[in-house]
Amino acid sequence: MSDTTMFELVSPERLLMSRDVSMVVVPGGEGFFGVLPRHSPLLSTLVPGVIDVYEDGTITDRIFVAGGFAEVTEDRCTVLAEEAVAVADLDVAATEQRVVDLRDELKDATGNEADRLTRRIAELETVVVAMKLAKGS
Amino acid sequence: MPSLKDLKLRINSVKSTQKITSAMKMVAAAKLRRAQEQAEAARPYSVRMDRMIASLAGKSSGVGGPKLLAGTGADDSHLLVVMTADRGLCGGFNTSIVRATRNRIRALELAGKKVRLICVGRKGKDQLRRDYASLITDSIEGITRKKVEFSSADEIGGRLLQMYENDEFDICTIIYNRFQSAMTQIVTEQQIIPASVPGVDEGADGAAGLYEYEPDEEGILAELLPRNVATQIFSALLENTASEHGARMSAMDSATRNAGEMIDKLTLTYNRTRQAFITKELIEIISGAEAL
Repeated sequence: MSDTTMFELVSPERLLMSRDVSMVVVPGGEGFFGVLPRHSPLLSTLVPGVIDVYEDGTITDRIFVAGGFAEVTEDRCTVLAEEAVAVADLDVAATEQRVVDLRDELKDATGNEADRLTRRIAELETVVVAMKLAKGS
Repeated sequence: MPSLKDLKLRINSVKSTQKITSAMKMVAAAKLRRAQEQAEAARPYSVRMDRMIASLAGKSSGVGGPKLLAGTGADDSHLLVVMTADRGLCGGFNTSIVRATRNRIRALELAGKKVRLICVGRKGKDQLRRDYASLITDSIEGITRKKVEFSSADEIGGRLLQMYENDEFDICTIIYNRFQSAMTQIVTEQQIIPASVPGVDEGADGAAGLYEYEPDEEGILAELLPRNVATQIFSALLENTASEHGARMSAMDSATRNAGEMIDKLTLTYNRTRQAFITKELIEIISGAEAL
């Protein structure tokens, strides 16, 4: 048994990261959890937040995800995320702008479309809050 | 018999057509490669998504499961999402999808079901509008123009889910061309709502039953299933784009070859006519000289 675990970060468009690390901390739906080698198998949802990748005791990567899923097995941790950005490259203003744009759209929308937009706006707003937290920490 | 000048003109026009088709072929080949790479890159996500759903669905296969998995309990109204290209000149690509769609609509209507259509891509809408204009509820264009983005698949998925929640349909099927090779594309009908569960492969992944779940099975499924709809649409869009470029490449290839054959034929006629003309002139000169 090695003392590293395989960490995979997958977005719908491509495999973003796949390498052996000593630990990852992911923002699970029920709170952050760390994944070390030989972690018990787990499936979890993710909330918007930061994934910390540890190698040899130091954080080598900090990645922001806007929700997703994590699948943990004894030798592997797979994160499925629709949006994943390195914390350093986070653009809070752009996301805030998207919220503003969607609000504009919502003014003219009706019925189904309006429901959909309202939900999307709520989602994005939590993402913005999480982004700000990530930036600050 | 056409004059020499006419022949020359025709040869030139076929030549310029050939230039265009061969350029289009080259462009399609380049786009095909990119589309294939994109489809390849997107595969890990859907593979893992399937694996998760398979292991979860095995757990909560009850009637009380989420609506997206268990269905509404009826199959009276069907929604078909028809994926075609925005542009033509790609052989039988669009036609074969439209034909499959027509057959499907006819079969469903015979069985007394209600059918509605959502068209992705301009060509499909144009062709289906003739017979089934009243069934088309929505149409989306311009997605395949550039690189296919996940956000557009997400948007389509969002619309579908919204309609599903409002009970506007019971079963949703997407019709698209699955990419086999540049020469062959397979028209595929895939049911996405309610989700068709990939078989749970207990043998390969013995750990499937041992997972812990956070928050719980139902909670994860409730989040996972809507994402899965978008993911399936996204991979269908990618396959479709690759197929489109493949179909266009082979269509343009045969067009280029046809143009080549035509040029050869016309050139032959041109040379024969020229020869005949010269011979005629010689005869005239000689007989003129003999008459003196």
